[in-house]
Amino acid sequence: MTERVPVLRIGDILLVSIQVDLEDQTVLDLQEDLADQIVARSARGVVIDITAVEIVDSFVGRMLATIASISRLLDAETVVVGMRPAVAITLVELGLSLGGVRTALDLEKGLALLRRSATGAELT
Amino acid sequence: MELLSIDQERVTAEWIDGVSRSLQGRISKAEVDRELRELYGALVDGLRAGDEDARGDGFSEVRALLTELSRNRARQGFTPSETAISVLALKQALEPALRNGSAEDTTAYLRLARILDDLALLTIEAYTRTREQIISSQASQLMELSTPVVKLWDGVIAVPLVGTLDSARTQVVMEKLLQALVDTGSEQAIIDITGVPAVDTQVAQHLLKTVVAARLMGAECTISGIRPQIAQTIVALGIEFGDIVTKASLADALQHALRRSGVDLVTRQDGGR
Amino acid sequence: MTVPWAPEAPPQTQPITQNDDVVRSRQQVRTFAQQCGLSLVEQTKFITAASELARNTLVYGGGGEMRAGLVERHGRRGVAAVFADSGPGIPDTDLALTDGWTSGGGLGLGLSGARRLVDEFFLDTEVDRGTTVTIVKWAR
Repeated sequence: MTERVPVLRIGDILLVSIQVDLEDQTVLDLQEDLADQIVARSARGVVIDITAVEIVDSFVGRMLATIASISRLLDAETVVVGMRPAVAITLVELGLSLGGVRTALDLEKGLALLRRSATGAELT
Repeated sequence: MELLSIDQERVTAEWIDGVSRSLQGRISKAEVDRELRELYGALVDGLRAGDEDARGDGFSEVRALLTELSRNRARQGFTPSETAISVLALKQALEPALRNGSAEDTTAYLRLARILDDLALLTIEAYTRTREQIISSQASQLMELSTPVVKLWDGVIAVPLVGTLDSARTQVVMEKLLQALVDTGSEQAIIDITGVPAVDTQVAQHLLKTVVAARLMGAECTISGIRPQIAQTIVALGIEFGDIVTKASLADALQHALRRSGVDLVTRQDGGR
Repeated sequence: MTVPWAPEAPPQTQPITQNDDVVRSRQQVRTFAQQCGLSLVEQTKFITAASELARNTLVYGGGGEMRAGLVERHGRRGVAAVFADSGPGIPDTDLALTDGWTSGGGLGLGLSGARRLVDEFFLDTEVDRGTTVTIVKWAR
């Protein structure tokens, strides 16, 4: 039995903060939990905080992209926040650009991004 | 050992003379005098301990003194010859003693000469090591100096790149810029390459990677100051800049960045009065 | 390829037979990457490469082991990791090192991506015998 990453709710936004070195099974569980929760709580947005994450390999990268696609199907927007510079450089070198995943520098900016999308006041 | 103690005063005086002559007064004679007398003492102690090998325990004191001396010479800009002479001049100073000396003296001299040669090599090694340290620390200082990340506006940072970009430097810039995004919470970054004379494939790739990495972190990167020749090279090399925003000048890039971060620039009708 | 392990610290072996061994491999490699003085970015690259290869060993090789430790050559220090399995092997190594090619359900970035993240990359494989991948990164 592996540990599960807790999914928190703030209003209509789900917040996941990853604090541990992720095992592959935990990653898959998280993907499943989030899909369930988006529907169960009719969430409009998902924020995944990876400030504490030191390593994002192709497995975790793929999970982030998959969650973004799933949530889009369920009419919720996903934002990945707090990626460290070293992690970003490594992902680029690895060949992963996480297309379709929205990103923000920190939690606050991520929440602001979701608010802007929700009100349709987005610049792009 | 006896060779060194018989005529001690004359030998040390000649040694000190020889060394200070070669240094042409760039180190005071008093200083040379102090250095070499200390060395002489240590050398005599070492020989008295009966050690045959310059790298043996008996000469550890001598080696420590010589390493220190070589380090200082390297830092003060002396040449390797001017450093090694500190040891080799002692051989010359000893030669007169051989003229009327016995066969034993000659054997003793040869033994000592071998040790001195080894010690001279040791000074060169210590000298080179110091120079290498100086070079590598200068290189990293230069790297730091040449890549300032400046804040242009709240939420907008820039790196003005000047000079030739190589792979290593571009990588340093990349890391510094990305870290600055986190530290300042800036969502807009500008890489200005007005001062860069040429761009090769590798450097262009690094710039592209920086932009993509910034995007992964949630920031947007604009490249400005691409000169006509560089634009031609980039196209000729077949490097695809894709949807990366490029602007002719830093001013244009700043304007773009400000607009993206929701700042409106308005020119007042009355000309600013 | 013979790995120039640093004489003062023997390499350590980590079995890779279950899911959490991938995490353990990462952690072990991190310790060595820090010890040999890699910069944070270089550490991250090396650990990520190790993570990809550890997963390959588990998923495609049917399990195996990792040997990791400090290396030394011409006075330079670095970190190395050797992943070995006795699985099915890779029939076409050129193809396996192509971006986007995968025999399983992955993104096909494991081998080719890992190669880009390190200074030295050696792939030794034989069909029905197994695969050994060696990666090295040198401190600047």
